[in-house]
Amino acid sequence: MKKIEAIIRKTKFEEVKEALLSSDIDWFEYHDVHGIGQSRQERIYRGVQYSTDVIERVAMTIVCRDQFVEPTVKVIIDTAHTGEIGDGRIFVSEMIDTWSIRTGEHGDTVLRDKK
Amino acid sequence: MNDIALSLDTVWMLLAAMLVFFMQPGFALCEAGFTRSKNTANILFKNFVDFMFGSLLFWFIGFGFMFGSDGAGFIGAPNFGDLSFYRGDLPVEGFLIFETVFCATSATIVSGAMAERTKFSMYVIYSAIISLVIYPIEGHWTWGGGWLCNDATDGFMMQTFGDAFHDFAGSAIVHSVGGVLALIGAMALGARRGKYAKDGSSRAIPGHSLTLAALGVFILWMGWFGFNPGSQLAASGAVNRIAISHVFLTTNLAAAAGGVATMFITWLKYRKPSFSLTLNGVLAGLVGITAGCDLVSPAGAVAIGLVCGTVLVFSIEFIDHVLHIDDPVGASSVHGVCGILGTLMTGLFSTSNGAFYGHGWGFFGAECFGILVIDLWAAMCGGLLFFGIKAIHGLRVPARIEDEGLDVYEHGELCYNS
Repeated sequence: MKKIEAIIRKTKFEEVKEALLSSDIDWFEYHDVHGIGQSRQERIYRGVQYSTDVIERVAMTIVCRDQFVEPTVKVIIDTAHTGEIGDGRIFVSEMIDTWSIRTGEHGDTVLRDKK
Repeated sequence: MNDIALSLDTVWMLLAAMLVFFMQPGFALCEAGFTRSKNTANILFKNFVDFMFGSLLFWFIGFGFMFGSDGAGFIGAPNFGDLSFYRGDLPVEGFLIFETVFCATSATIVSGAMAERTKFSMYVIYSAIISLVIYPIEGHWTWGGGWLCNDATDGFMMQTFGDAFHDFAGSAIVHSVGGVLALIGAMALGARRGKYAKDGSSRAIPGHSLTLAALGVFILWMGWFGFNPGSQLAASGAVNRIAISHVFLTTNLAAAAGGVATMFITWLKYRKPSFSLTLNGVLAGLVGITAGCDLVSPAGAVAIGLVCGTVLVFSIEFIDHVLHIDDPVGASSVHGVCGILGTLMTGLFSTSNGAFYGHGWGFFGAECFGILVIDLWAAMCGGLLFFGIKAIHGLRVPARIEDEGLDVYEHGELCYNS
């Protein structure tokens, strides 16, 4: 069982969401994140020019069984890709265990397996 | 006078008063939008303070200072709530309301320039003093029948310039006074924390909602249709119905031209048209046309709007980058600089006595002298008031309160709760 964390462009969120739902994933969390990086955006406010280094992205967290990691990652890469700098990152890490609150079962079989 | 005609005039005056009253929410939204969300309750509250205190004090004393009888034309006798002294065709209570909303407009201009860092208690004192003394006294010199607008041939203005000072709806009397006070208030306060870097360069502190600011400016634009045409104080008869229609048109054209000028100047200067400054540009045109909206032609109104919208951009930059006076909403440029410009340009563009129409420089001289006297008065009062308060009690909230927001510390109420 693995946790996949993907940081993607806000503009790509809908596309990635649709692609994930139509593959094997039936639940994921996401939140808006602000990052600081090398890229700068030029802005002007009331005659004062300034640059902002705040980058807005969506972070999504998906927990899935081992065999779904690769296809899920592939779906995200395929849909979130534009080729420009700033397309994002995907991180995969090990999950130790999980419980279903409703049934009390635990282990990766708790995660639904559509296939 | 015909009874029906007088009723018509009264209804128009009261309707215009309602429109001018609605400029208060216009100012409130505009200022709220241009400042940060942690200070929104505070800035809205200040706009209420201006109107609440202005209404009470102008009724009780200010109205007498402004319109009361006197010998020399310098100050009227305070009325202490008694309106019976007033001699005019229009009902005195309606006229008081009409004049009250103008007084409150002058008062409320300052809150934007002093936003995000002023002690609420000290703002209440300022607001009371402008409605009580500063505005009514210069108002007496002009609209109150005093010496500046005295067109008797043996009066000082006619003897000196051959023309009396003319400010139809208040570029000088209302707006430049508010603008000068705004500038001095912001100067006495000092800049918001973080506004200027150590090397003196200016930093942007973006306001929290251009939506609110835009709505505010649209409301002000509408309010101006009461402010200027209402100042005719009459609607009945051929002369008046033509006059108020003319003023409607000149007012609208100047607003549009002001916005267009600012849009193109910022487009050239910053490579992108600046919306936040264009909002100010519309107001700049409106403030500019206010003095001469009855005397200039529609083309003259466009010219005044274009000049005001252009100068505005450079004025805001100059006050921010060179003088290092932090005016979050641009009140000193919009109302101060463009109020002065509009008054002066009345002397140039007036079709009946302006210099550009071959009537000589006498009227222009009267406008220069009038605006100088009025704004020196405002500057003197503002200097005494703001630097006085600063020396005696302090004008500014402590740094920690400024950082965390005035809403929570000054009022214990947040504007936005989740």
